[in-house]
Parts: sequence; structure tokens; C-alpha cells
Amino acid sequence: MEFLNSHLLTLILFFPVLAALVLLFLPGEAVKLIRWTALIASLVSLGLSIFLWRQFDPAAAGFQFEETYTWYAAINSTFHIGVDGLSLTMVLLTAILTPIAILASFNISERVKAYMMLFLFLETGMLGVFLALDLLIFFVFWEVGLVPMYFLINQWGSEKGERTLWKGIKVQARNYASLKFMIYTMAGSLGLLLAIQMLGVLFQTFDLLVLYQRWTSLSDGTLLGLPVATVKAVAFWAFVIAFAVKVPVWPFHTWLPDAHTEAPTAGSMILAGVLLKLGAYGFLRLVLPLYPAEAQRFAGALAFLAVMAIIFGAFASYGQKDFKRLVAYSSVNHMGFVLLGIAAAAKVGVAGTDAALNLSRNIALNGAVLQMFNHGLSAAGMFFLVGVLYERTHTRNLDDYGGLFPLVPVYGGILIFTSMASLGLPGLNGFVSEFLVVRGSWPILTVYTALAMLGLLFTGAYILKGIKQVLHGPLNEHWAHGEHRLAEIKAREIIVMVPLMVLILVLGIWPGWLLEVINKAMLMLF
Amino acid sequence: MIWLLPLPPLLAFFLIVLVTNKKKALSHTLGVGAAALSWLGSMIVFVRALGVEHFGEHAFESVVDWLPTGETALQIGVRIDPLGAAVLFFVAWTILMIFLYSVGYQNFGQPAGDHDVKGLPPHGATVTDNMGKKHTVMSIEPMYSRFFAFLGLFACGMYTLVVSNNLLTLFVGWEIMGLCSYLLIGFWYGKKSARDAAVKAFMTTRIGDVFMLLGIAFLYSATGSLSFEVIFAEGTLHALATTPAFFGFSAAGFIGLLIFIGVVGKSAQWPLHVWLPDAMEGPTPVSAMIHAATMVSAGVYAVLRMFPLITADFSGHGLTMTMSIIAFIGSFTAIFAATIAVAQNDIKRVLAYSTVSQLGFMIAALGIGAYVAAAFHLITHAFFKALLFLGSGSVIHGMEHGALHTGEHVDPQDLFNMGGLRKKMPVTFWTFLIGGLALSGFPVLTAGFWSKDEILADAFGHGHWVVFITLAVAAFLTAFYTMRQITLAFFGEPRTRAAAHAQETPWTMTLPLVVLATFAIGYGWTGIPEHFPILGGLIPNWFHEFVGGTLAVHPEVLEFSIWPLLASIGVALGGLSFGWLAYRKVRTPRQDRLQIPVLKNKWYFDEAYDFLFVRPAAWIAEQFSYLFMDRTIIDGILHGIARGALFLGGVFRNYIDKPVINEFFGDGTGNLVKRAGAGLRKIQVGRLQYYMLASLIVLVAFAVLYYLLLA
Repeated sequence: MEFLNSHLLTLILFFPVLAALVLLFLPGEAVKLIRWTALIASLVSLGLSIFLWRQFDPAAAGFQFEETYTWYAAINSTFHIGVDGLSLTMVLLTAILTPIAILASFNISERVKAYMMLFLFLETGMLGVFLALDLLIFFVFWEVGLVPMYFLINQWGSEKGERTLWKGIKVQARNYASLKFMIYTMAGSLGLLLAIQMLGVLFQTFDLLVLYQRWTSLSDGTLLGLPVATVKAVAFWAFVIAFAVKVPVWPFHTWLPDAHTEAPTAGSMILAGVLLKLGAYGFLRLVLPLYPAEAQRFAGALAFLAVMAIIFGAFASYGQKDFKRLVAYSSVNHMGFVLLGIAAAAKVGVAGTDAALNLSRNIALNGAVLQMFNHGLSAAGMFFLVGVLYERTHTRNLDDYGGLFPLVPVYGGILIFTSMASLGLPGLNGFVSEFLVVRGSWPILTVYTALAMLGLLFTGAYILKGIKQVLHGPLNEHWAHGEHRLAEIKAREIIVMVPLMVLILVLGIWPGWLLEVINKAMLMLF
Repeated sequence: MIWLLPLPPLLAFFLIVLVTNKKKALSHTLGVGAAALSWLGSMIVFVRALGVEHFGEHAFESVVDWLPTGETALQIGVRIDPLGAAVLFFVAWTILMIFLYSVGYQNFGQPAGDHDVKGLPPHGATVTDNMGKKHTVMSIEPMYSRFFAFLGLFACGMYTLVVSNNLLTLFVGWEIMGLCSYLLIGFWYGKKSARDAAVKAFMTTRIGDVFMLLGIAFLYSATGSLSFEVIFAEGTLHALATTPAFFGFSAAGFIGLLIFIGVVGKSAQWPLHVWLPDAMEGPTPVSAMIHAATMVSAGVYAVLRMFPLITADFSGHGLTMTMSIIAFIGSFTAIFAATIAVAQNDIKRVLAYSTVSQLGFMIAALGIGAYVAAAFHLITHAFFKALLFLGSGSVIHGMEHGALHTGEHVDPQDLFNMGGLRKKMPVTFWTFLIGGLALSGFPVLTAGFWSKDEILADAFGHGHWVVFITLAVAAFLTAFYTMRQITLAFFGEPRTRAAAHAQETPWTMTLPLVVLATFAIGYGWTGIPEHFPILGGLIPNWFHEFVGGTLAVHPEVLEFSIWPLLASIGVALGGLSFGWLAYRKVRTPRQDRLQIPVLKNKWYFDEAYDFLFVRPAAWIAEQFSYLFMDRTIIDGILHGIARGALFLGGVFRNYIDKPVINEFFGDGTGNLVKRAGAGLRKIQVGRLQYYMLASLIVLVAFAVLYYLLLA
């Protein structure tokens, strides 16, 4: 028990890798065994995370369950990990979604071993970002997570589809998407890496807790021959762009519809569910605490980008004929609210003196973090449901469906439920977080908040469009008879959806248990 | 206790969806049972509320912390004050009646249809009787259980809205009802028209809802709370009224306006009225009634709730900007919808437009500050409009029976296919007549008279002439189209064989009609003004006393004036007799002089909105946002960068790597070595003498070098 408590985070973090190594030694043709081993391993991680959740004390200040190991002594980087309420929430989200995604992948039959191993590596990569308290470690995990996802899209992505580049050059869509995803994220992170290097050289440490103090207190004089303010502004944007690509914020978002659409179902679930949160987490963990002054200065620009994402994400989603792409664009729209909340908080800053504005800032932040969690649940659910349909029909074109409700009543009910969560129906989780963001940003960024309502309106439009084209309307007879007859959702698939739906409902009615932790964390951060 | 009111229907919803959806009898038992439980609870609460003196100051309230926000928490809770109790009363009654009525309307006990499929209305079943003769009879709704599940969820939303002590849970109930309305309008989702109507209803109301959400956010930031009690405290209201906001509004006025826009959507006021008539695509008059008689009342209820806020900067003389806007929209809608109603032939559509118009009355009343009159009309209207919708459902049901019996394919909702139904369906006729008279404001007897008269009297008494005249004309039109409807449907001779073979509906449908008819008459007696000639003072004006107590300052009793009374009696009787005279001999739509295209086509609002908003939105979405901005511009830039990189790579490869590094340095060095090797091979001859000679030369050379350089 003592060991468990003192090494809990390392266990959670590396258990998936350990399991992946075990998988390596299993015979490749024992598909069932491999699937179940992967699932159970991810469930162990989930169990440990729930244990962590129970042990965690939301009221205590600072980071808990910290562990420090020597890692790269020559450049003063240590393996320093720990959790606060913010990272704990994200760890919980990751730990919940991974087993669900693995269970959702039980229909994968090619190279199962490699697939499952990549998934487990992916989990470690994501958890590492959330747990890291050392900038270099953060960056390492940040990049580690890319590789498995690249292969998942590239190898197990949808086989159909082509993308035309220039001069009529055509490439396979999944190659295009995976490369775009990889290169875009890496290119975005270049500035981040440079800025991290600079901090490391400057302070002889990469430890976040030290940098929080020392980097922010640095204000006068020159750095690298330039005024500190300029250097900080440049470094701020280097951080912001890296995270903005990941979130993704308009106009850095075009990799997302491609990657999400081409990825295998479980890949899209994790992409939307967790990977996007890495970007938002970066804003909260690094940008706001490290650059309070710059964030305040550029808050208007961030809010502008957020509102563009909200509005045009919704519009672009509404303009889709491809169901999966419609859901993919909905992520741009929903993550825009996260950034709007962050921008509002940035505008007030840490040292706000107006109590009312401070309260609004905290509400906006609570909303942003809760929205990250909520979007993880509903987006994962939506992608899974699209996948269920695609697996049966081999088409994603909305015009090919129509009136499927009587054929698949259970599936239809689940789809409507999840869609309503995505739409932000009061009583389900999405509403609570969107309401908090709107409430928090209204007094701080009034005009932007008002503009965001246009996006919220069109959220309704695209969600209803999806339901209308898939479930409602005259039945497309093609799916009603013979070999094309659409089969109802299976027990395994229902089991995938049940935990998501339960959480969606519980968080909609009683969000207090989660928000309590988030709220305390936000109070301590600011 | 109050917390529990919304729960039984919610539980019924989950139980039906998850467990009993295959068992029809069990499902409706659950549904009706849950409605009865909530009804019982509501009645207990209502009776207890009656027993409390000065109930306005001693409302039932209970709160919990819901969301932690910084150092504080957002509280939600339940509250029943006089307004809440009065509304709870009618909500409980109408909802229970809907549940009961649905059992009959959805043909419980009838056989399953021959070709019925889920998502389309039942088409009828063939049965063989004892004599071996085949009959076509009505068939049970294929999605019977699901219907009760939706009703349950709807009831939960309505109860939540009424018992809320704060705007947030009110909004939650509001939106849950919006969802149910979407689901019920699109209940027969297999029909294209139903599907489109459902989306239209959801989207149109959502336009209002996003404004309302902003209003709630504004209010919450301005006051730090959403509980009515906190917001309506005198100090808070005063602060809100004196804080300037935007466009010359005070904060109170602006928040009131934002919330009112939500109401415009929900209560189908102009210019967001377009969804309600289409909502009649809903499978049954039951669902039509749900969102036309009950749900839309929620909008008026919200304005009633927000009344102290909206009138915070109202001094009693001259309406504030917000109030003027409300009064304008209300009166305009009242008359505008009435003009459309006169030209509609669908029995449900006439009622739908009349609902829009009547809601306009209430909104206009609130706009001029007539709080009690609006609340009174809200409740009487809910009773008689529920009665009318259920009555029209009964008519349609009877017509469908006739159509199936005779095998005649006629639209059972078209007034011009009816006629003479009073003999075939006596209970339906008498109750419908009562409802129609109440809607027209038939003097003294009906509830509608008392409430409508009070609105007119208030407009007159406070000198709002424009509102008064508009509403009086609208009231005349109301009486006219109501009588037109009754005449066409029930009087004269049957116009079709289906109408001739129509049949009275089962007791589950007629009992609710009778109950509601009782209220459509009796409820008016609770609010007779004290100074009314002869009747005034015989019964105390309970409604005014009780509901007026909700407000901090008890609204004054209006001085009696004979003119508005004469006006309201005049327009009611005039409209009714005119309607009767004009339509008693009309046989076909051709003879109907009011089938004017602009009225029939609802002033072309659908077409205009389609042109102005719907199509541009689709264009912006697909062509601009996606294809142009994302695909062409942003991806174009990315691809440009990729091309640039590829080009640079090509340059490096073709002009540096290949010629310089590969050929010059790489191959060049290789060649050089090769050539040098070839040259040197010549000295590798294998003779010792040559090697010795070479050694000697090297030695001498080094010696010379050493001597020259170092020594």
C-alpha cells in the first residue's frame, strides 16, 4: 500500500507500456487473448486512476503524489510528475476513454497486436503530458503521443477516399491525413521546443514549479540582446501556436477534419476525446501561468480566434455531406468554447483586483475545464456511433442514409441522446460547461460572447441535420432488405456507450462532484 | 415535497424507454400513474398554499448548492409562490388529462395495423366480425409506448419549470420541453413534412433561446445569483434599474429584453411565430396541444416571473423601452395571427394561429403592466385551449373512423370535409362549443370573457389606446374565426361520407373534455372584478388577491369603466354572429370569400425567411465556410507551404545534392581516389629495389624538409 501510494503516478503512467510489452510476447494469431489483455490492462489503469481520484485531496494546495527521479542530469532535467485538480480531471478522462476505445476496437482484425500496442503507447503518451511537471518531459510525451496516432491513421484508417492536391495529383486520403496531422503538429511544436530550450538555458532547470516563479518575475532588462518584453511575447506566441494547432483553434484547424475522418473509429474517439485536450491543457498549464502579462495583452486576439472557431466550426459542420466530417467539425466548434473561457480568464489575469471579475474569471475557467471533459465524452460517443453506422453501411455520405430509425431503434435512441449532449441540451453535461463559459466570459468579453451565440445556434443546426438525414425521413429501402439490411447495434457496442451516456447524464444533473475538484484547482492556479 | 413533483414522469420516461417499451398496457399505466402522482402532489401543495395567509411573503422554498463557483456556489431550488401555485394547478390538471386522453387517441385496445410501420401514422386494420364480414377499423399506434415516454419527459420539463426558484432550472425545464416538442412534432418521422417541421420548431425556438441564455448570463453576472428571491429584492432591482447597459437600456431593461426574445421564440410571437403552425404536423392533437396550449404558456409564465425585473425602471407613467417593445410585439402578434386564422381550413391550424394570437394578448397585457390580467388569461386560456385541441383531436378521430369505415380517402382535418358532426359526436360538440365560446369571450358565462375583458379594461384604464383598439379588433376576429370553425365542423349537413359516418370517441377521450369544459366555464368565476355590475362582490375576486400577492407591491384594483366592458361584449357577440351568418350556408372552399392568398399563405413569412435566412445560411456553411475558407484558402496555404518545401527539396536535391555533393564531392572524391589509386598502382610493381629507392627518396626529402623548416 505504501509503495502504491508513493509510486501511484508512475504506475498509472507506465502500466500501459508494460502491458504493451507483454502483448509483444503473445502469439499474434491469439487475437482474442490480445484484445482482452489490452482491455484489462487499460482497465487496471482506470482502476488506479479512480483510486488516485479517491485519494486526492482537492482542498490541499499545490501538486500531490509528486515523484522526482533523475533523468537527464547533464541539462538539469528531472523526471518530475505530479497532479493537481486540473491534471487529475484530464487523467481521469484519459483513463476512462482508453478502455472504451479499446473495447470499441474489438472489431479490428488486421494486425491486432500492433494495433493494441500502439493504443497502449498512446495512452502513456497522453497521460505523460498531463502528469509532467518538467518542461522537457512534457515535450517528450507531447511528441511521443504523435507517433502511435500517426500509424493508427496511416495503417488502420479508412481505405477508401482520395485527396486531390495540386495539378491533379491524388494521394490516398489516410496517407494525406496522417501526414498532415503529424507534420502540422510537429511544425507547430518547433517554436515550443525552442522556447523551452531558452527557458532551460536561462534558468538551468526545466522544472515547472521553479519556472512558474522565476520566469514570471523576470521583467526588466534584456535577453539575447532583446528587451525581455519582446522575448516574452515571441515565446508566448511560440507556446500558443503549438497548442493552438493541437486544440485546434481556427485557422489552424484544417488537419482535424481530415485526421478525424480518416482515422479508425477508436482513433477518432481518442483524437477528439483526449488529444485535443492536450492543447487546451497546454494553455491552462503553461501559457496562462507562465505568461500572465502576455496572455492579458493578447487576450483579445485569443478571444477572436475562439469565436471564429465557434462560428465557422459550426458553419463548416453544417455544410458537410459526410457524417464523420460533420462530427469532426463539431469539435472545432466545441473546443472554441474552451478557448473562449481561457481567453476570458487571461483578460482578467492573475492579479485582478475586482472581485466580481475574479469570480467571472473562475467561472469561465471552471467552464472551460468542464467543457474539455464533457466534450471528451460526447465527441467520443458521437465518433463511435458514426463508426457503428459506417461499419455496417460502408458509407459516410449523409444522403445515402435516411429513415433508418425503424430499422435500428436502439441505435437511434442512443444517437439522439448523444447528439443532444453534443448540442448542449440542458439536463445533459454539455449545457453546464457551455453555460459556465458564457456566464464567465459575458462580463469580460461581452461582444465576443454575444457573437459566439451565433455558433451556438448553428450547433443546433448541424446536430439536427445529422439526426434528420440519418434517422428521420422516408426510409431508404436499400438498407431494409436482403444483404444490405442494417443490423441493430450489438451488445458490445452498447457496453461501449453505456458508461459515456451515464456520465453525460450524471454530469448534466449533478456536476458538483467533478466541478468541486476543478474549482479548487482553478482557485489555486489563479 | 415540491422537489418530488417532476420526478414521477421522469421515472416513467426512463422505465418505459429502458424496460417496458414492448409492453403497451404497462407503459401507459406507468405514464398515467406517474401523471396522477404528480397531480396529487400538486393538489396537496396547492391546497396547502391556499391555507397560508399572505402566501406571497411566505412562499414554500428549498435550495441546495449546485455548482461551486470560486469561493461561492450557485444555488438551485424549488419555490412555490402564489403565481407558481396557480400555474401548478392548471399544469397538473391539463397534463393528467393529456395522459388519459392519449390512451384513447392512440387507439389502445385496437388491433395492430395491417401495414403499419414505425414512423408513420397508423393506417387501420382489417378485422373479421362474427358474421364473417370484414371491416376496416382504426389500428393502434405502432410506437404507443414511446409516445407515453415522451409525454412523461415533457411533463417532467413542465413541472421543473413551474417549481423552479431560479432562472437556470427554469431554463432547463424550458429546453427539455423544447426537446420533447421536437421529438413529438417529428414523432411520425417517416413523413418528410413532420421531420422538417420538427427541425424548424427546434431551430426557431433556439434563436430565442440563445438570447435568453445571454440574458441569464448577464443577470447572473450583474446580481451574482439566479434565484428569484435574490434578484427581485428591492435593492437589487433598484441597482439594475439604475445601471446603464447598452443602446440606452438600463441593465434591468436589457436583461428583460434578452429574456423576452427567448419568450418570443417559445411562445411563438411574431417574428418567430413560424414554427407553431407547422408544429401541427405532430401526430396528434395531443402533442399539438402539449406544445400549443401548455408549452407555449411557459413563455408567458417566464415573462410573468420576470415581471418585477422588466418593470424595475417603470415609474407608472409612460412605458419603458422594453415594455413598449413587449406591448408592441404582443398586440401586433394578436391581430396578425388572427388575420391568418380566418383563412385556414385545417381544424388544428386554426387553433394554432388562435393560440399565437391569444398569447399575443397576454404578452401585450404584460407589456402595459397588467400583471394579474395576463396571469388570469394565461390560465383560463390554458384550460379552454386545451379543451379545444383535445376536442379537435376527438373530431379528427371521429372523422378517421368514418373515413376507414367508408373507405373514403379524405383529409380528416379539413373543415370542408366535415359538417353536421354535432349529431354524430354530441359530447365533443358541446364541449367544443363551450371551449369555442370561452375563446371568443362569450359574455359572463365563460372564463375567457372575464380574463380577456380584464386585459381590455386595463389597456383602456391606463390609456393605452393603440393596444386597446388592436386587441379589440383581434378579439372580434377571434370570435369570428371560432364561429366559422364551429359552423363548418358541427353545423349543417355532412360534406363527405366520412363525416356522415363519424363516431363519438371512447370515454378516455370524452372524460378529459368534460373536465376541461368545467374549468373553461368555472375558472372565470375566481376572478370577477369587485366593481362589476351586479355580479361584482358576490364572489370575492380571489384570483386578483391571491396571484397579485406574488408581487412585492400588490397591484391596485382597476377602477370600473363601462366602455371596455361594452367593447368586449360587442366584439364577442358581433364576431360570433357574423361568423355564424357568413358560414352557415358555405359548402365548399370556393364559397368562402376569405380564402385570400396572402392570408392563406400566412403573409409569406415562410418564403421570406427561406430566402433571407435559411438559404444564405446553407450557402455560408457549405460554400463559404467549408469549400472556400477551409478547403481553398487555409488548405491552399498549407499545400502552398508543402509545395514550397517540396520545391526547395527538389532544388536541394537537383542543384546541390546531386551535382555538388553527390557528383562533385561524393563521386568526385571517389573518382579522385580511384584515379590516384590507378596512378599509384604503377609504382606497386613488387620489386624490392624500387621500394628501397622510394624509401631513400622519401628519407632524403624529409631530411631536406627538416633542415629547411625546423633547423
